[in-house]
This record gives sequence, C-alpha cells and structure tokens, in this order.
Amino acid sequence: MNEQLSWKVGGQQGEGIESTGEIFSTTLNRMGYHLYSYRHFSSRIKGGHTNNNVRISTKEVRAVSDNINILVAFDQQTIDLNSHELVQDGIILADSKFSPEKDENLNVQLVSIPFTETAKALGSQLMKNMVAIGASARLMNLELQPFKDMIYTMFIRKGQEIVDANHEALIQGYQLMDDEMVRIKGDFEMLPSDSEPRLFLIGNDAISFGALNAGVRFMAAYPITPASEIMEYMINNLPKVGGTVIQTEDEIAAVTMAIGSNYAGARSFTSSAGPGLSLMMESIGLSGMTETPLVIVDTMRGGPSTGLPTKQEQSDLMQMIYGTHGDIPKIVLAPSDVEDAFYTTIEAFNLAEYYQVPVIMLSDLQMSLGKQSSAPFDVSRVEINRGKTITEDIEDQADEYFERYGDEEDGISHRPIPGIKGGIHHVTGVEHSPTGTPNESPENRQVQMDKRMRKLKDFTMEEPFKVQGNVDSDLLILSFLSVNGVAREAAERIDADVTTVNLKQIHPFPIDALRPYLDGAKEILVIEQNYSAQLQSVLKMNYPGHDRIRSHVKYDGTPFKPEEIETHINSILKIKEVM
Amino acid sequence: MATFKDFRNNIKPNWCPGCGDFSVQAAIQKACAANGLEPDELAVITGIGCSGRLSGYIKSYGFHSTHGRSLPVAQGVKMANDDLTVIASGGDGDGFAIGMGHTVHALKRNIDITYIVMDNQVYGLTKGQTSPSSGKGFVTKTTPEGSKENPIQPIRTALASGATFVAQSVSSDIKQLTAIIQQAMDHKGFSFINVFSPCVTYNKVNTYDWFKENLIPVEDIEDFDHTDAKNAMQNVMEYDGLLKGIIYHDQEAKSYQENIEGYLDQPLIKKEMTLENDTFDELMAEFR
Ligand SMILES: Cc1ncc(C[n+]2csc(CCOP(=O)(O)OP(=O)(O)O)c2C)c(N)n1
Ligand code: SF4
Ligand SMILES: [Mg+2]
Repeated sequence: MNEQLSWKVGGQQGEGIESTGEIFSTTLNRMGYHLYSYRHFSSRIKGGHTNNNVRISTKEVRAVSDNINILVAFDQQTIDLNSHELVQDGIILADSKFSPEKDENLNVQLVSIPFTETAKALGSQLMKNMVAIGASARLMNLELQPFKDMIYTMFIRKGQEIVDANHEALIQGYQLMDDEMVRIKGDFEMLPSDSEPRLFLIGNDAISFGALNAGVRFMAAYPITPASEIMEYMINNLPKVGGTVIQTEDEIAAVTMAIGSNYAGARSFTSSAGPGLSLMMESIGLSGMTETPLVIVDTMRGGPSTGLPTKQEQSDLMQMIYGTHGDIPKIVLAPSDVEDAFYTTIEAFNLAEYYQVPVIMLSDLQMSLGKQSSAPFDVSRVEINRGKTITEDIEDQADEYFERYGDEEDGISHRPIPGIKGGIHHVTGVEHSPTGTPNESPENRQVQMDKRMRKLKDFTMEEPFKVQGNVDSDLLILSFLSVNGVAREAAERIDADVTTVNLKQIHPFPIDALRPYLDGAKEILVIEQNYSAQLQSVLKMNYPGHDRIRSHVKYDGTPFKPEEIETHINSILKIKEVM
Repeated sequence: MATFKDFRNNIKPNWCPGCGDFSVQAAIQKACAANGLEPDELAVITGIGCSGRLSGYIKSYGFHSTHGRSLPVAQGVKMANDDLTVIASGGDGDGFAIGMGHTVHALKRNIDITYIVMDNQVYGLTKGQTSPSSGKGFVTKTTPEGSKENPIQPIRTALASGATFVAQSVSSDIKQLTAIIQQAMDHKGFSFINVFSPCVTYNKVNTYDWFKENLIPVEDIEDFDHTDAKNAMQNVMEYDGLLKGIIYHDQEAKSYQENIEGYLDQPLIKKEMTLENDTFDELMAEFR
C-alpha cells in the first residue's frame, strides 16, 4: 500500500482533460487525502497537448512529484510526451480507441481500456472521463461511493438520467480495470486517508476569498493569465456583498480606478501579471506619492515581454521591489503557501490602509493555478484595520483645508475620505505641502519625502518569514511562493541540519529578523525561478560580504521537482565535506 | 446653502493672465453653487497639464492625478461613493492623446460623472507642442512645417463612442458654459463637455476672436435636434465640429451604476466590510 501516488491525465486541450482531473481530485479531497496538482497547458484553447498531474498523499504535500505512477492517456501524444516520467513498472491506462503503443525501452505497463467505446455505448462519448476515473479508482483500490456522490452533485441539475448514465460509466470503468488486475505488476493501492475535512483550491481563489474578507467591495482589472481567475471569482462573488467589478480598457485604467476608489474610501484592488504590472508602474508611484492605499496582486509568469504566458516563473521580483520612478515607500509580500495566501491577502489590505502605501501581493503561476489541499480558513483570524482613515464628519475642523499630509511622528497622516464634513483637502502626485497644495520648495520637499519614507523605516510584519529548522544549520534554504513546498520536501530528504526559510516579507527586506538564521548557517542557498537570481541579489544587498550565499535557479518554465533540489543540496554539502 | 464664493480657496492659479482656464474654473464654481452643492460633496479629479491644476483651485475634495488618467481615477471615486458629485477634467493632450483610450471607454461605460476638457489645441504645460486637436498646418515646436495630421473633433469622437451627453462651448461664454455644466451634472450618466479654452501663450491661431468668428451656436441651425444622435452627428460633420451648445442628450439612458442591480441602494463605502459568518461558511464550502 502507498502513502502517496502521482496520477496524471493527458490529452488534447478542450477535450475534457481538465474536468477529468478536477472530478478525480475533488473526490479524493473529499475523501480526506492531501493533494497537490499541476496543470500543464498551452496558450491555445483547442488542441495542443494538455495534462493534469495530481499528487495524492496521506500526509501534507506542497510540491509536484519527481515522477508519476499512473498515466491516463486519451491520445498517443500523451504517452509519447509523458511516459518517460513514469516510475519503474508504472502504469499507463490508455484509451483503446487509438491503439496505444509504448516505448519498448521503457519499463512500464500499458493497459488498454475502451474508454470512448464504453462511453459511446452508454449514450455519449463525453463520459469517457468517467470510465477512466472508474478504472483509476479500481487500480488504487478506492471506494466508489464518494465518486458516485460527486457525480450526483455535479449532474443532478441535468436530470437523474444523466446521473445514472455517468454512474454506469464509472462502474463499467471500474469493472474493466478489475478484469485487468490479475495481470498488473506492483502495488497501486492507496493507504486510507485521515478523513479530515480540507479545502481544495487554487491560490487565486485563496487570494480572492481573502480580498472579500478584507472588505474589498470593488475591483478593476484586465484579463491576463494567470491572474484572470481572481477577477472571475470577484465577478461571481462581489455582488453577493453589494460590490462589483469593472473590466477596464487596460491595466492603467484598472490600477488608477482602484486608486480612485481607495481614495474615496472603498477597499479596492486590481490583479494582473508581468505585462500588466509593467503598464502600472507610473500609477504605483501615484499611490506612493499621494499616500493612497493600493493593493495589486501580481501573479508571476514567464517573462520578459509576452514570455511564457502559461508557464511558471518568478522573474518580476526586482521590478516589484523597485518599480516606479522616484522613491516611494512600498510593501511587497509573498504568501508562503495557498493557505497563507488567504491570511496574507487580508494583511495586505490592512497594511496598505494602515501605512497608506502601495502593497504588491506576489504569487506565481504554480501557486495561482496549482490546485492543492489546505486547512479550512479560520474566520476568527479575519481582522480589518483601517489605521488613520477618517470616515465620519470632523466636527471641530475650521473652514480650511485639512492637513492631509501633516508631518506626524510615525509619518502616517490622517486620511479623511471625500464626502465627509471638515475633511476637504487636495491630493496630488506633484510634491505638495501638508494640505496637498503643489509645493516645490526644497524645505517642504525634504519634510514630505522624509515623512513618507519614515512610514516603513522600521517595518516588519508579524511573521516576515516562515521558518522550519534551527537557528544554527548546515544549510539554510531561502525561497518564496511555490518553491517553498519543493524546497521543504527536498530538505526533509537530506541527512543534515537544513533550515528552510519561506520569505513572506520581500520588501522592505526583514534583515534584522533574518540575521540570526543567516549568521547561524554554514551555507546559504537561495532557490528561485528566474535567470538572474533576483532573490539572491536582494539577499546579498541586504546581507553583504558573505561568500556563503549560493544560488539555484531554474527558468525553463516548469516548476522545480524535489529531486532537482535534493541533488543540488547534496552537491553543496559534499563540497563542504571535501573542504 | 453654499454660494459661488464657497467654492473658492485662497490659492492663486499659476495660469498666464488671459488663459481660458480661468473662466472654465469660474463656470464650474457657479454651476456647483447653482445646483445646490456643498464643497464637501464635490470631488474634482484632474490630469496633468496647465488645465490639470484646476483641482487645486476649487474648494472641494480634489485629486490631481497623472497625465491622462483623470477619468479612471474619477470613475473609481464615483463607484466607491455615489453620493459624491464627481467632475473629471484636463487638457486636450491629457484626454485625446495619452488618455484617449480612457475617454472612449468612459463614454461607452456611462458612469455618472462629468468630464470637462479644456481644449486649447496645444500642449500648454510643456511649452507649445502640437496636440491631437491642433488644426492641420498648425505650426509648433514639434511641427515646424505645420501639423500633417487630421485633427480630432472631440464631439464627433464622443458621439461615435456611444456618449449619452455631449456638449461644446468656449470659455469666454461663461453663462452658456455654466448652464451646460449644470445640466451635465444633472444628467444620469457620463457627460462630456469640450470647452475651447484659448491658450494665449502658445496658440496664436485659435484665439478668442477666432472662436467668436467660427463657432456656430446650435440654436442657429434649423431643425437641429439634440435628442437625435443621427441629426447631431450629421451637423457635427457638416460644420466640421465647430458647434456650440448641447450637441446630444439622451435623457432615457441608464447610467452604468443603475444597470447593476442593488448597487445604488447604498454607496459602496457605507456597505458592511465584514462578511457575515453564514456567508463566510457558504463561500468557503465552495472550495471543498
Ligand atoms: C506620462 C507623461 N508623459 C508626458 C508628460 C509631460 N506632459 C505634461 S502635460 C503634457 C501635455 C499638456 O497638454 P494638455 O493635456 O493639452 O494640457 P494643457 O497644458 O494644454 O492644459 C505633457 C506632454 C507627463 N507629465 N507624463
Ligand atoms: S501656457 Fe497656455 S494653457 Fe498654459 S496657462 Fe498659459 S495660457 Fe493657459
Ligand atoms: Mg492643451
């Protein structure tokens, strides 16, 4: 029996591959297994190979697997492109419709099952995915009832007949596989799960639900992969709480509309990916200069330019930290995993409003779109903090302009929202006096710039990073976003003192909190998905003079596998032994 | 009740003496007072240019944004707080060059704000370059041989973009301009006003006198019907965009916000920020 298995389904895009993976994995989540999935897709809508990889485990998983155990193939290309990833004696469940063939050099098993034919005989070839799911369930010796329940909830709207037909397809798939079991080498049976209730969601959903809980009632955005699900979630759910979304003409409109709405006192945001963020740069400065709260979600994908629009990368980092001309206070956050994305999003909105600064919430394609298990969110941890925002009339204010940019000790001035009595003021992206009147005098410039920059001078969030391991270590691994899970899994395979640090507060860099761990590490390794080792550069800048800082990068568009990192760590630790 | 003077502050505009923008400012202040507004109920959102300085010269909430972006900021403000009267404003470069995408989309979106363009057919703030509405042959630093492009006719663009309120006037006619702004603010939906506002420093062609000679009041055109878009467009084309008055007014149209069910029950900023526990549970259950 297996603690964990990796299952992959592949075929032509637009053929229901996504829904096959979706139905299979959602059911397993409801059964109490831990899941981590990875979708391979191209920018084409119809045609082109696509696959969905689901890692199933009885324990927490936060990374793709090194290889796969079961490959469900709806076409020959799926076999050709993926069977080399199978473990020794791994199994291909293929649709007999295309007379599947395997590479004779590979030590894998091929089972041909009439997915399409069976489905057709039951009335519609659409149900071939149910046949495949039934076969998979048999192979892994899973109970059928949860799958039946899932089918019922999915299709009852379409009528009992459809439910019955799909049930039948599932059962026939199960039986077809059952007939094959005598010939199968090896063990594909899953250990029972702990049956705990868990969520199964993509990072974009966690971010969206976080935004909703943070009190966001307005969003302005322009579609882009891999951010669109955020806007789509908000479009479906904001109306339930009286809010709305505008799909704007471009990202400049999106971000400036969000600025306008935040200025007027409604929590608002936008989400995009690299190309959109590039367009927003001037406006990020407007938010910084006018001290208007702003949250932007950047779901990173392969750059530059249009780059690898549907592939994993973490190469926006430098632009997110430094982007916009001139000096502004800005916060850049990176949730450590999907569960944390929910809480960190709420924190992002609180920080933006408390410090009156732009906050960039980073994600990456794998975190944004990789569906995975998460503990349920805890409503008691949801808190809204509006800082010095004034939403009620100011009674004793003289009939003059309010000092919106008053020189407070902490740098944070009071922010009356437009419409209230006694709060009239002016805001401008031009350097300005305390009342917001354009003012270019050297003295005023210095006071206002110092005031703005002071806001984040000593800023450290409650949990600037998540750390696992000791202060003193043989190796400290620093990573962010979806690389965290892979780094952790690799670290656990190593027989040495490895400490992993998932950086959450990217900017301002939390060097003081991090220093003890850095000082205590014999070696430091920064793992990230971009060409130029951007996070490593940031670390070196903040922690200079240390030749112990090594780098491991990947920029081919695919997520790291634990094995790749494991090998790298071993090579580093071995070098040490020799020395 | 607030008067014209209540919309004044003590900041002296840095416009050149004689600049058309002074009168546009005065007309806005008059219209606001005449419509019974209080300064704290008004938000003036501007772009960058000589004209963009306006937000600092009217006593109200003001937001001087970036070049070309007054409209998206203004739409965001209105979406957040429908109780506010929102005016967006800026120059011809601001609205028809760098911000043209936003202008066309604001026209088609029809959010209930008023957009006033101070059209001097030149870039004032950057010291005299050609603008999208500069006439053909107009000589500037960037068009030493005269502009070779066809000028944009703002009211024609507005009509073609599905506008529900289109007007044009000239800053010297404060009386008409005030009346138009009042109607624009009353209009439920996006209202577009192109105001010829002469730049006395960099545009020696389109002067106050030039407009006196060349603008035709729509009242003088027989059978002009500002409730009929086709009629309006025909006349705009026939008179090369040199009309003065309310060009088109669709009184039946619904604003963007009116088309969202329940949106206007309460301004967004007054809506509850914390989710009900039931809503939280229901929404979280969708992730199972
Ligand atoms: C992104 C950007 N590009 C260029 C400028 C420089 N700039 C400021 S105002 C302006 C044009 C001003 O012309 P217009 O909008 O017609 O306003 P006017 O000064 O004539 O009132 C330009 C090009 C800028 N501020 N921002
Ligand atoms: S340069 Fe022209 S537009 Fe600018 S203030 Fe002077 S007259 Fe007005
Ligand atoms: Mg101009």
